[in-house]
Amino acid sequence: MTAAPRAMTTRRLLFLLPAALFLVLSGAFAAWLLTGRDARHVPSALIDRPVPAFSLAAIEGMDGVAGNRGFADADLRGAAGPVLVNFWASWCIPCLVEHPQLMRLAREGVPIFGVNYKDKPEDARAFLARHGDPFRRHGADRSGRVAVDFGVYGVPETYLIDRDGRIRWRYAGPITEAVLEGELRPRLAALRR
Amino acid sequence: MTRRLVRGGALAALALLAALTLVAPAQAVLDPREMLADPAQEARARAIGRELRCLVCQNQSIDDSNADLARDLRMIVRERVAAGDSDEAVLQFVVARYGEFVLLRPPLNAATIALWAAPAIVLAFGALGVVLYFRRRRSEAGTAGAEVATPAAAPLSPEEQARLARLLDGGDRPA
Repeated sequence: MTAAPRAMTTRRLLFLLPAALFLVLSGAFAAWLLTGRDARHVPSALIDRPVPAFSLAAIEGMDGVAGNRGFADADLRGAAGPVLVNFWASWCIPCLVEHPQLMRLAREGVPIFGVNYKDKPEDARAFLARHGDPFRRHGADRSGRVAVDFGVYGVPETYLIDRDGRIRWRYAGPITEAVLEGELRPRLAALRR
Repeated sequence: MTRRLVRGGALAALALLAALTLVAPAQAVLDPREMLADPAQEARARAIGRELRCLVCQNQSIDDSNADLARDLRMIVRERVAAGDSDEAVLQFVVARYGEFVLLRPPLNAATIALWAAPAIVLAFGALGVVLYFRRRRSEAGTAGAEVATPAAAPLSPEEQARLARLLDGGDRPA
Protein backbone atom coordinates (compact mmCIF):
# COMPACT_ATOMS: atom_id res chain seq x y z
CA MET A 1 0.00 0.00 0.00
CA THR A 2 2.83 2.44 0.82
CA ALA A 3 4.88 1.59 -2.28
CA ALA A 4 2.38 2.98 -4.78
CA PRO A 5 2.03 6.50 -3.25
CA ARG A 6 5.81 6.68 -2.90
CA ALA A 7 6.22 5.83 -6.60
CA MET A 8 3.63 8.48 -7.39
CA THR A 9 5.56 11.07 -5.38
CA THR A 10 8.82 10.16 -7.12
CA ARG A 11 7.17 10.48 -10.50
CA ARG A 12 5.61 13.80 -9.60
CA LEU A 13 9.01 15.08 -8.47
CA LEU A 14 10.47 13.90 -11.77
CA PHE A 15 7.92 16.04 -13.58
CA LEU A 16 9.06 19.02 -11.53
CA LEU A 17 12.70 18.44 -12.50
CA PRO A 18 12.59 20.46 -15.77
CA ALA A 19 10.96 23.34 -13.93
CA ALA A 20 13.61 23.17 -11.22
CA LEU A 21 16.39 23.06 -13.83
CA PHE A 22 14.83 26.05 -15.56
CA LEU A 23 14.78 28.01 -12.32
CA VAL A 24 18.41 27.15 -11.55
CA LEU A 25 19.51 28.19 -15.06
CA SER A 26 17.49 31.42 -14.94
CA GLY A 27 19.08 32.20 -11.60
CA ALA A 28 22.56 31.60 -12.97
CA PHE A 29 21.93 33.76 -16.05
CA ALA A 30 20.37 36.52 -13.95
CA ALA A 31 23.34 36.49 -11.57
CA TRP A 32 25.70 36.70 -14.56
CA LEU A 33 23.72 39.61 -16.05
CA LEU A 34 23.59 41.49 -12.76
CA THR A 35 27.37 41.40 -12.36
CA GLY A 36 27.40 43.69 -15.39
CA ARG A 37 30.10 41.65 -17.07
CA ASP A 38 30.10 41.78 -20.82
CA ALA A 39 30.92 38.46 -22.46
CA ARG A 40 32.31 40.36 -25.45
CA HIS A 41 35.07 41.73 -23.28
CA VAL A 42 38.01 39.49 -23.86
CA PRO A 43 40.38 39.29 -20.89
CA SER A 44 43.87 40.49 -21.71
CA ALA A 45 46.54 37.83 -22.11
CA LEU A 46 49.15 40.26 -20.77
CA ILE A 47 47.89 40.84 -17.24
CA ASP A 48 50.81 40.74 -14.76
CA ARG A 49 53.25 40.45 -17.65
CA PRO A 50 55.86 43.08 -18.52
CA VAL A 51 54.89 45.55 -21.23
CA PRO A 52 56.00 44.31 -24.66
CA ALA A 53 59.11 45.84 -26.18
CA PHE A 54 58.16 48.67 -28.51
CA SER A 55 59.24 52.02 -29.80
CA LEU A 56 56.88 54.66 -31.12
CA ALA A 57 57.62 57.75 -33.19
CA ALA A 58 56.11 61.16 -32.43
CA ILE A 59 52.93 62.38 -34.09
CA GLU A 60 54.05 64.20 -37.23
CA GLY A 61 53.81 67.97 -37.41
CA MET A 62 53.12 68.54 -33.72
CA ASP A 63 56.51 70.00 -32.80
CA GLY A 64 55.24 72.60 -30.36
CA VAL A 65 54.07 69.95 -27.88
CA ALA A 66 56.76 68.98 -25.38
CA GLY A 67 55.44 65.43 -24.84
CA ASN A 68 55.40 64.69 -28.54
CA ARG A 69 58.67 62.86 -28.93
CA GLY A 70 57.49 59.28 -29.10
CA PHE A 71 58.19 56.74 -26.39
CA ALA A 72 59.32 53.20 -25.82
CA ASP A 73 58.72 50.46 -23.25
CA ALA A 74 61.65 51.72 -21.14
CA ASP A 75 59.83 55.05 -20.63
CA LEU A 76 57.00 53.23 -18.85
CA ARG A 77 59.29 51.72 -16.22
CA GLY A 78 60.77 53.39 -13.20
CA ALA A 79 58.19 56.13 -12.86
CA ALA A 80 57.35 57.35 -9.35
CA GLY A 81 53.96 55.64 -9.56
CA PRO A 82 51.69 53.74 -11.91
CA VAL A 83 51.18 55.07 -15.43
CA LEU A 84 48.45 54.65 -18.00
CA VAL A 85 48.85 53.77 -21.66
CA ASN A 86 45.84 54.83 -23.70
CA PHE A 87 45.25 53.76 -27.30
CA TRP A 88 43.14 56.37 -29.05
CA ALA A 89 42.25 57.78 -32.45
CA SER A 90 40.55 60.90 -33.70
CA TRP A 91 38.09 58.76 -35.70
CA CYS A 92 37.03 56.87 -32.59
CA ILE A 93 33.76 58.11 -31.09
CA PRO A 94 34.12 56.29 -27.72
CA CYS A 95 37.49 58.04 -27.36
CA LEU A 96 35.54 61.30 -27.30
CA VAL A 97 33.35 59.84 -24.54
CA GLU A 98 36.31 59.04 -22.33
CA HIS A 99 38.24 62.21 -23.11
CA PRO A 100 36.92 64.30 -20.18
CA GLN A 101 37.91 61.54 -17.76
CA LEU A 102 41.43 61.43 -19.23
CA MET A 103 41.66 65.22 -18.95
CA ARG A 104 40.67 65.02 -15.30
CA LEU A 105 43.26 62.32 -14.55
CA ALA A 106 45.91 64.40 -16.30
CA ARG A 107 45.04 67.45 -14.17
CA GLU A 108 45.43 65.23 -11.10
CA GLY A 109 48.93 64.38 -12.26
CA VAL A 110 48.43 60.81 -13.49
CA PRO A 111 50.90 60.24 -16.35
CA ILE A 112 49.02 59.07 -19.43
CA PHE A 113 51.00 57.82 -22.41
CA GLY A 114 48.90 58.25 -25.54
CA VAL A 115 49.23 55.91 -28.48
CA ASN A 116 47.61 57.45 -31.51
CA TYR A 117 46.30 54.38 -33.35
CA LYS A 118 46.01 54.27 -37.17
CA ASP A 119 45.32 57.95 -37.44
CA LYS A 120 46.23 60.74 -39.79
CA PRO A 121 48.61 63.15 -38.03
CA GLU A 122 46.55 66.17 -39.05
CA ASP A 123 43.37 64.58 -37.65
CA ALA A 124 45.14 63.69 -34.39
CA ARG A 125 46.46 67.24 -34.09
CA ALA A 126 43.00 68.69 -34.74
CA PHE A 127 41.43 66.39 -32.12
CA LEU A 128 43.93 67.43 -29.44
CA ALA A 129 43.66 71.12 -30.34
CA ARG A 130 39.88 70.99 -30.09
CA HIS A 131 39.35 68.76 -27.05
CA GLY A 132 42.55 69.26 -25.08
CA ASP A 133 45.65 67.16 -24.65
CA PRO A 134 45.67 64.83 -21.62
CA PHE A 135 48.81 62.98 -22.65
CA ARG A 136 52.19 63.31 -21.00
CA ARG A 137 53.83 61.65 -23.97
CA HIS A 138 52.65 61.03 -27.50
CA GLY A 139 53.42 58.15 -29.80
CA ALA A 140 51.98 57.33 -33.21
CA ASP A 141 51.19 53.74 -34.16
CA ARG A 142 50.15 54.20 -37.77
CA SER A 143 50.54 50.54 -38.73
CA GLY A 144 48.88 49.22 -35.57
CA ARG A 145 51.77 46.84 -34.87
CA VAL A 146 52.46 48.07 -31.34
CA ALA A 147 48.74 47.72 -30.64
CA VAL A 148 48.90 44.06 -31.72
CA ASP A 149 51.82 43.50 -29.34
CA PHE A 150 49.63 44.85 -26.53
CA GLY A 151 46.70 42.69 -27.62
CA VAL A 152 44.55 45.70 -28.53
CA TYR A 153 41.46 44.75 -30.51
CA GLY A 154 39.77 48.11 -30.72
CA VAL A 155 40.18 51.69 -29.58
CA PRO A 156 39.97 52.99 -26.96
CA GLU A 157 41.88 50.63 -24.72
CA THR A 158 43.64 51.62 -21.54
CA TYR A 159 46.44 49.77 -19.77
CA LEU A 160 47.48 50.34 -16.18
CA ILE A 161 51.18 49.76 -15.70
CA ASP A 162 52.91 49.51 -12.35
CA ARG A 163 56.33 50.88 -11.36
CA ASP A 164 58.05 47.70 -12.52
CA GLY A 165 56.57 48.05 -15.97
CA ARG A 166 54.03 45.26 -15.56
CA ILE A 167 50.56 45.45 -17.04
CA ARG A 168 48.20 45.20 -14.07
CA TRP A 169 44.85 46.03 -15.64
CA ARG A 170 43.39 46.56 -19.06
CA TYR A 171 40.12 48.20 -19.98
CA ALA A 172 38.69 47.79 -23.48
CA GLY A 173 36.22 50.54 -24.18
CA PRO A 174 35.77 54.11 -23.00
CA ILE A 175 36.79 55.04 -19.45
CA THR A 176 33.43 56.37 -18.40
CA GLU A 177 32.79 58.15 -15.13
CA ALA A 178 31.63 54.83 -13.62
CA VAL A 179 34.70 52.93 -14.83
CA LEU A 180 36.99 55.71 -13.60
CA GLU A 181 35.53 55.79 -10.10
CA GLY A 182 34.62 52.14 -9.73
CA GLU A 183 37.58 50.38 -11.31
CA LEU A 184 40.46 52.63 -12.26
CA ARG A 185 40.81 54.85 -9.17
CA PRO A 186 40.87 51.98 -6.63
CA ARG A 187 43.57 50.24 -8.68
CA LEU A 188 45.60 53.43 -9.06
CA ALA A 189 45.40 53.96 -5.31
CA ALA A 190 46.45 50.38 -4.59
CA LEU A 191 49.47 50.67 -6.88
CA ARG A 192 50.58 53.98 -5.32
CA ARG A 193 50.96 52.37 -1.91
CA MET B 1 -7.52 39.82 -58.79
CA THR B 2 -6.51 39.99 -55.13
CA ARG B 3 -5.72 36.28 -55.09
CA ARG B 4 -3.39 36.73 -58.03
CA LEU B 5 -1.74 39.64 -56.23
CA VAL B 6 -1.27 37.54 -53.10
CA ARG B 7 0.17 34.70 -55.11
CA GLY B 8 2.50 37.11 -56.90
CA GLY B 9 3.62 38.47 -53.55
CA ALA B 10 4.26 34.98 -52.22
CA LEU B 11 6.24 34.11 -55.32
CA ALA B 12 8.30 37.27 -55.00
CA ALA B 13 8.97 36.51 -51.34
CA LEU B 14 10.00 32.97 -52.24
CA ALA B 15 12.30 34.24 -54.96
CA LEU B 16 13.84 36.73 -52.56
CA LEU B 17 14.36 33.99 -49.97
CA ALA B 18 15.96 31.76 -52.59
CA ALA B 19 18.21 34.59 -53.72
CA LEU B 20 19.24 35.30 -50.14
CA THR B 21 20.09 31.68 -49.42
CA LEU B 22 21.94 31.35 -52.71
CA VAL B 23 24.15 34.35 -52.07
CA ALA B 24 27.61 32.97 -51.54
CA PRO B 25 28.86 33.25 -47.96
CA ALA B 26 31.44 35.96 -47.39
CA GLN B 27 34.52 34.95 -49.24
CA ALA B 28 37.99 35.47 -47.92
CA VAL B 29 38.74 39.11 -48.40
CA LEU B 30 42.32 38.49 -49.26
CA ASP B 31 43.97 41.26 -51.15
CA PRO B 32 46.37 39.80 -53.72
CA ARG B 33 48.97 42.23 -52.41
CA GLU B 34 48.79 40.53 -49.04
CA MET B 35 49.62 37.11 -50.43
CA LEU B 36 52.97 35.44 -50.08
CA ALA B 37 54.91 34.71 -53.27
CA ASP B 38 55.48 31.07 -52.30
CA PRO B 39 52.19 29.14 -52.83
CA ALA B 40 53.08 26.55 -50.18
CA GLN B 41 53.72 29.27 -47.58
CA GLU B 42 50.57 31.10 -48.65
CA ALA B 43 48.54 27.91 -48.19
CA ARG B 44 50.00 27.45 -44.71
CA ALA B 45 49.28 31.08 -43.83
CA ARG B 46 45.67 30.68 -44.96
CA ALA B 47 45.26 27.49 -42.94
CA ILE B 48 46.63 29.26 -39.87
CA GLY B 49 44.33 32.21 -40.52
CA ARG B 50 41.31 29.91 -40.48
CA GLU B 51 42.30 28.79 -36.97
CA LEU B 52 42.36 32.33 -35.59
CA ARG B 53 39.35 34.25 -34.40
CA CYS B 54 38.83 37.80 -35.56
CA LEU B 55 38.43 39.67 -32.27
CA VAL B 56 36.35 42.42 -33.78
CA CYS B 57 33.72 40.11 -35.27
CA GLN B 58 34.38 37.18 -32.93
CA ASN B 59 32.63 34.43 -34.85
CA GLN B 60 34.62 34.81 -38.01
CA SER B 61 38.16 33.70 -38.60
CA ILE B 62 40.72 36.30 -39.59
CA ASP B 63 40.78 34.58 -42.97
CA ASP B 64 37.07 35.38 -43.47
CA SER B 65 36.89 38.79 -41.90
CA ASN B 66 37.44 42.10 -43.61
CA ALA B 67 37.93 43.93 -40.31
CA ASP B 68 41.01 46.10 -40.09
CA LEU B 69 42.47 44.12 -37.22
CA ALA B 70 41.91 40.84 -39.08
CA ARG B 71 43.91 42.22 -41.99
CA ASP B 72 46.71 43.25 -39.65
CA LEU B 73 46.76 39.77 -38.14
CA ARG B 74 46.75 38.14 -41.57
CA MET B 75 49.79 40.20 -42.45
CA ILE B 76 51.51 39.26 -39.21
CA VAL B 77 50.79 35.58 -39.79
CA ARG B 78 52.35 35.90 -43.24
CA GLU B 79 55.38 37.68 -41.82
CA ARG B 80 55.93 34.90 -39.29
CA VAL B 81 55.45 32.19 -41.91
CA ALA B 82 57.88 33.93 -44.26
CA ALA B 83 60.35 34.25 -41.37
CA GLY B 84 60.32 30.46 -41.07
CA ASP B 85 58.12 29.96 -37.99
CA SER B 86 56.28 26.64 -37.64
CA ASP B 87 52.46 26.69 -37.68
CA GLU B 88 52.49 26.10 -33.93
CA ALA B 89 54.91 28.98 -33.36
CA VAL B 90 52.75 31.36 -35.41
CA LEU B 91 49.64 30.42 -33.41
CA GLN B 92 51.61 30.87 -30.18
CA PHE B 93 52.74 34.31 -31.35
CA VAL B 94 49.12 35.42 -31.61
CA VAL B 95 47.99 33.60 -28.46
CA ALA B 96 50.74 35.34 -26.46
CA ARG B 97 49.13 38.68 -27.39
CA TYR B 98 45.42 37.93 -27.50
CA GLY B 99 45.02 34.88 -25.26
CA GLU B 100 43.60 31.48 -26.07
CA PHE B 101 40.28 33.09 -26.96
CA VAL B 102 41.69 33.73 -30.44
CA LEU B 103 41.94 30.02 -31.15
CA LEU B 104 38.76 28.89 -32.88
CA ARG B 105 39.55 25.36 -31.73
CA PRO B 106 40.17 25.76 -28.01
CA PRO B 107 42.99 23.63 -26.58
CA LEU B 108 42.27 21.05 -23.89
CA ASN B 109 43.41 22.44 -20.54
CA ALA B 110 42.16 23.21 -17.04
CA ALA B 111 40.22 26.28 -18.19
CA THR B 112 38.47 24.50 -21.07
CA ILE B 113 37.86 21.07 -19.53
CA ALA B 114 34.21 21.89 -18.82
CA LEU B 115 33.75 22.91 -22.45
CA TRP B 116 35.28 19.71 -23.78
CA ALA B 117 33.68 17.39 -21.23
CA ALA B 118 30.17 18.87 -21.54
CA PRO B 119 29.07 16.79 -24.58
CA ALA B 120 30.30 13.56 -22.96
CA ILE B 121 28.56 14.44 -19.70
CA VAL B 122 25.30 15.29 -21.44
CA LEU B 123 25.53 12.06 -23.44
CA ALA B 124 26.19 10.08 -20.25
CA PHE B 125 23.12 11.61 -18.59
CA GLY B 126 21.04 10.79 -21.67
CA ALA B 127 22.28 7.20 -21.70
CA LEU B 128 21.56 6.90 -17.98
CA GLY B 129 18.04 8.17 -18.58
CA VAL B 130 17.46 5.68 -21.41
CA VAL B 131 18.82 2.79 -19.30
CA LEU B 132 16.65 3.75 -16.33
CA TYR B 133 13.59 4.11 -18.57
CA PHE B 134 13.98 0.68 -20.13
CA ARG B 135 14.83 -0.96 -16.83
CA ARG B 136 11.68 0.44 -15.25
CA ARG B 137 9.55 -0.52 -18.22
CA ARG B 138 10.85 -4.07 -18.03
CA SER B 139 10.16 -4.34 -14.30
CA GLU B 140 6.69 -2.80 -14.81
CA ALA B 141 5.98 -5.29 -17.61
CA GLY B 142 7.16 -8.07 -15.28
CA THR B 143 4.77 -7.09 -12.47
CA ALA B 144 1.89 -6.48 -14.90
CA GLY B 145 2.43 -9.92 -16.44
CA ALA B 146 2.44 -11.53 -13.01
CA GLU B 147 -0.92 -9.90 -12.15
CA VAL B 148 -2.47 -11.26 -15.33
CA ALA B 149 -0.86 -14.69 -14.96
CA THR B 150 -1.91 -15.34 -11.36
CA PRO B 151 -5.71 -15.78 -11.94
CA ALA B 152 -5.08 -17.67 -15.16
CA ALA B 153 -2.99 -20.16 -13.26
CA ALA B 154 -5.91 -20.90 -10.93
CA PRO B 155 -7.90 -23.98 -12.01
CA LEU B 156 -11.34 -23.43 -13.50
CA SER B 157 -14.31 -23.89 -11.25
CA PRO B 158 -16.86 -26.64 -12.21
CA GLU B 159 -19.35 -24.02 -13.49
CA GLU B 160 -16.65 -22.51 -15.67
CA GLN B 161 -15.68 -25.97 -16.93
CA ALA B 162 -19.25 -26.61 -17.91
CA ARG B 163 -19.60 -23.23 -19.61
CA LEU B 164 -16.37 -23.78 -21.51
CA ALA B 165 -17.63 -27.14 -22.71
CA ARG B 166 -20.88 -25.55 -23.90
CA LEU B 167 -18.95 -22.82 -25.68
CA LEU B 168 -16.74 -25.30 -27.45
CA ASP B 169 -19.81 -27.20 -28.56
CA GLY B 170 -21.25 -23.98 -29.88
CA GLY B 171 -24.38 -24.44 -27.77
CA ASP B 172 -24.14 -21.30 -25.67
CA ARG B 173 -25.14 -18.45 -27.92
CA PRO B 174 -26.06 -15.07 -26.51
CA ALA B 175 -29.64 -14.14 -27.14
